[in-house]
Amino acid sequence: MRVPGALREAGLPRLLIAGFLALLLGVAVATRMDLRSLISDSITRVGRNGILVLALLPAVQGGLGLNFGLPLGIVCGLIGCVVSLNAGIHGPAGLLAASGIGLALSIPAGIGYGWLLNRTRGQEMMVGTYLGFAVVSMMSVFWLLAPFRNPTLVWAIGGRGLRTTLSLGGVFDKVLDRWLSFTVGGITIPSGTLILFAALTFLVWLFFRTRMGITIAAARSHPRFARAAGISDERTRIQASVLSTALGAVGIVVFSQSYGFVQLYTAPLLMAFPAIACILIGGATVTRATIGNVLVGTVLFQSILTVALPVTSQVIQGDISETARLIIQNGMILYALTRIGRT
Amino acid sequence: MLKGVSLAVRAGEIHALVGENGAGKSTLMNILFGMPVIQETGGYGGEVRLEGTPVRFQSPAEAMEAGLGMVHQEFMLLPGFRIAENIKLNREPARANLLSRVAGRGLRTIDVARMRGDSRRALDQVGLGIDEWLPVAGLPVGHMQFIEIAREVDKERLKLLIFDEPTAVLTETDAERLLHVMRGLAAKGHAILFITHRLDEVLAVADRITVLRDGEVVGTPDPRATTAARIAELMVGRPAAATAHRRPFAAGAEPVLTIEGLRVDMPGERVRDVTLRVASGEILGIGGLAGHGKLGIANGIMGLYPAAGRVSFEGKPLPLQDSRGALGRRLAFVSEDRRGVGLLPEESIELNIALSALEAQGRFLHPFPVPALRLLDHGAMRAHAQEMIRSLDIRCTGPSQQTRRLSGGNQQKVCVARAMTLEPKLLFVSEPTRGIDVGAKQRVLDSLAALNRERGVTLVVTSSELAELRALCDRVAIVYQGRVVAALPPDAPDAAFGLAMAGEPAAA
Amino acid sequence: MRALLRHSVPLLFGALCVFGVVVAEISPSFLLGEMMVRVGRNSLLILSLLIPILAGLGLNFGIVIGAMAGQIAAVLVVHWGVPGIGGFGLAWLLATPIAILFGIATGLLFNKAKGREMVSGLIAGYFANGLYQLLFLFAVGSIIPFHTESMLLPQGYGIRNTVDLSSIQYAVDDLVALRLPVQGINLRVPVVTYGVIAAVCFLTLFFFRTRLGQQLRAMGQDDHVAAIAGIPVERNRVLATVLSTVLASWGQLLFLQNIGTLNTYNSHEQVGMFAIAALLVSGATVSRATVGQALLGAILFHTLFVVSPLAGKALAGDAQIGEYFRVFVAYAVITVALVLHAWQSWASAREAARS
Repeated sequence: MRVPGALREAGLPRLLIAGFLALLLGVAVATRMDLRSLISDSITRVGRNGILVLALLPAVQGGLGLNFGLPLGIVCGLIGCVVSLNAGIHGPAGLLAASGIGLALSIPAGIGYGWLLNRTRGQEMMVGTYLGFAVVSMMSVFWLLAPFRNPTLVWAIGGRGLRTTLSLGGVFDKVLDRWLSFTVGGITIPSGTLILFAALTFLVWLFFRTRMGITIAAARSHPRFARAAGISDERTRIQASVLSTALGAVGIVVFSQSYGFVQLYTAPLLMAFPAIACILIGGATVTRATIGNVLVGTVLFQSILTVALPVTSQVIQGDISETARLIIQNGMILYALTRIGRT
Repeated sequence: MLKGVSLAVRAGEIHALVGENGAGKSTLMNILFGMPVIQETGGYGGEVRLEGTPVRFQSPAEAMEAGLGMVHQEFMLLPGFRIAENIKLNREPARANLLSRVAGRGLRTIDVARMRGDSRRALDQVGLGIDEWLPVAGLPVGHMQFIEIAREVDKERLKLLIFDEPTAVLTETDAERLLHVMRGLAAKGHAILFITHRLDEVLAVADRITVLRDGEVVGTPDPRATTAARIAELMVGRPAAATAHRRPFAAGAEPVLTIEGLRVDMPGERVRDVTLRVASGEILGIGGLAGHGKLGIANGIMGLYPAAGRVSFEGKPLPLQDSRGALGRRLAFVSEDRRGVGLLPEESIELNIALSALEAQGRFLHPFPVPALRLLDHGAMRAHAQEMIRSLDIRCTGPSQQTRRLSGGNQQKVCVARAMTLEPKLLFVSEPTRGIDVGAKQRVLDSLAALNRERGVTLVVTSSELAELRALCDRVAIVYQGRVVAALPPDAPDAAFGLAMAGEPAAA
Repeated sequence: MRALLRHSVPLLFGALCVFGVVVAEISPSFLLGEMMVRVGRNSLLILSLLIPILAGLGLNFGIVIGAMAGQIAAVLVVHWGVPGIGGFGLAWLLATPIAILFGIATGLLFNKAKGREMVSGLIAGYFANGLYQLLFLFAVGSIIPFHTESMLLPQGYGIRNTVDLSSIQYAVDDLVALRLPVQGINLRVPVVTYGVIAAVCFLTLFFFRTRLGQQLRAMGQDDHVAAIAGIPVERNRVLATVLSTVLASWGQLLFLQNIGTLNTYNSHEQVGMFAIAALLVSGATVSRATVGQALLGAILFHTLFVVSPLAGKALAGDAQIGEYFRVFVAYAVITVALVLHAWQSWASAREAARS
């Protein structure tokens, strides 16, 4: 059976996932659900998660594989949020402060991470995963002991340390989401977030057409060639790591403002996985990723996650969307892992 | 690829198989051992007979069962295991136990005493007296080679033992011992196939010799009646066919490139002590048998492999192990390793052509205060690529085509184009026509000649095809065992080349 | 001095444990009691990690899949209402073929992901967890008929979050009931459980003296050399994975019969992580582990596990810190082992390329 080239390129898992989404939407239409709120929520979630997925691009293009160590950048961003909240900075300024601090922390973190990855070549994904876990759980101890005093952040009675989730209500909750936001046909568009996402996406695209970006990508795809051309892949990999970690820090700040809460303690542990699944669903592999992968994948996966619960809850009791997420997300990553070396 | 190769090895005889890399020795070995790669690429025709019976092995295990043994170039030993464990790997003597009677023969317990006893005997046969229970890790290279032999010898059914470049990494004394052991094994009745580059060893032990070239048998000289030079000639080709290069070239007073005492640590192509002077505007050829170091020279100077020595370019010293520095001084290199170093197969032709110049000289970039963030000037890159495609006649669908879709010859032209984009003063080219079909070969050589003629670029061409060097170059230097033994004019007699390749510089 | 350096990891942990015990003023009898129980119920899980390590597959993060096989069997046995050692035996008989199937699937996966077995095992565990949830949360009671109402969720399908295993609790532990009075407390000594552990230890040691064990050891060093010697590398990798998965399923059953309750959706989640951390704490590495290290690791890790929250409370007034700390320790130990392993392989590959 001759399968048209485009379909074959897309690959079976991607087709299955797109098909699943189409099925869910079909059911939604057939049962006359409120499509507008579904679409609104999907768009919001795309904006919320987009930058975190974008953060994976420099790592793949730099030869570091899938950045399972994204929690490192996320933690930097979280520290930024907490510091900003503790100082009581409101509105867009609070957002900027959080991002700024997160960015500042992410640069040395990214350099250290890149240095470590350079010495653990071939096992970057595993090392990243567990380094991420270790850092998040170390931070859990830190959040408990930290010298933050702002009463809205710490446990009110008896206990010590920061609360598990910190509300952003009245501080910078949805600051970006609401900026320039408009409603069209009942669908609310969180323009601020989307604009920022688009802007960062554009900058990343542009970056990979600069000398530095081209060098990084060349070193990834052909280390020996790069050496002959005088490129040091030690340096380029660290640069890629810094970029990825920095975007992770900004990503979690944007995520938090969209979500309305800052989630501490064990929440960041597993945050890398959905982002990785997004970029893979969009068509990336362990060794190659494009902006298109980021966009397509985020839209597909986040839409499924948004739509699955409301649609299936009409029929099935219990949250099958969570189970579906586990299966789709990890199945996709597993699929990508078995196809290494077979681009 | 092999064409009509016939070979016979008798019991108790040492049969030497010689030939350049790519001549077909590995293919022949893969067929004999039933390696899967042969079936995967279409199988083979013809017959292999062991002791008169036709055989066709489907796997190395089958071949070994039938009595074939091989002592490899890279040691197939497990450093964490003891010598005896290595010798008996996957053939350990074992006793039945309760579990094995239930769950299968794989679970029989290993009989350590018998394992050690058999290993001791095998080690004694090859003259290695060390304790068979020592771990292999940390043993000297020579010992490891003998353990490999002991392993093969321990196989009772052994009929034919193949030695694949066994002395490549051995010291002279160890090599002597190995040849001695080889003679001993032959005397015991084993048939031995000895694959090597070392012609002196061939003459020392072989009973018969077969020379392979380009997949064909080109001669079976009698070791008692031939010389190393003659064998070398057979291996390398018929020099007389091509017309020798004819161009009046007068070397200038000052050489543009001076190399003194160059040592390069390139695995398989070690350079021990090379001294050369290259004149400005010259086309210098570097030839010699594979593994003797000719490829190491360019790789070392251009910083791809660790190197030491004194090199000066245009009168000023050139630091070694500095690729970027060399490129900065307007030296360029078209590597013999097209796929590994030469190309980015996933990227477009235009990016490939532009990349080295972009990295080393900052070309094809829009101006911008921060150098690292300068944007790619796509238009300039494309225009330049089109110019190159035209002048080198690169057959493609356009500058944005992925290079991996091009034929070998056109890929090579992209590599040359990339080097030319650097506008070098001196260009190293290694194996310019390797893997390229006959029609395209000449075009590549012509474009190199044109580069020299029209733009005055000094060329240093390294090649295993002596004929092409003699047709293109003003001088041809021959490298033997890491040293330059002769620098001959292209029209020197064939015998002179043959002798040089075999390590004996012609009498002055 | 060199011996001190080589055993630095377990020594460090030993010191940490002693420090914690002293600080939290833990009574020896309490500690002994806890240890006896914990080591008894966790050791088999840790032992299941040994074979893949020696076969060159690294740390088998996929043992959680074996644990799931055990849990499926446990649920069935309770559903059918078979009590005591009979019930446990039945569970064991059921879990084994399921675990073999799961092990074959995981092994085939490992063959497709050479060089990335550990990540693949980790993700495969998460993926299998999704399938497990699909089975237990949605299929059971709806597509698969299941009539034990007490085990189902209120909506009529899906197994409850906790399943009471008291019918088979202590089935193995108390098979030979022994109580040891220490400092006024009657400690339960699970004789048969330890007997099973000892048997598995001996079997493992014996296994590595057989030809098959030798084949696996060879593969663990260099599977190219092993292949050239005629060892069926692909088949053996699957075999090693199957053995590991089966042992993990038995290990989880032993664990469950001691705990007495099944947290349907959580019991198995951290199984892989804790077992691996425990093994590594003893000084074992990604490429080398012995039976002795498995047992030592069980003792050290679980001591720390017990001691940490108590020490946290004594030191900082908050047991929570201790809990986070012990999880951090587990993650950190694994991270360090992975980094060391990768660093060494990279460094030696660079050396080999140079020579």
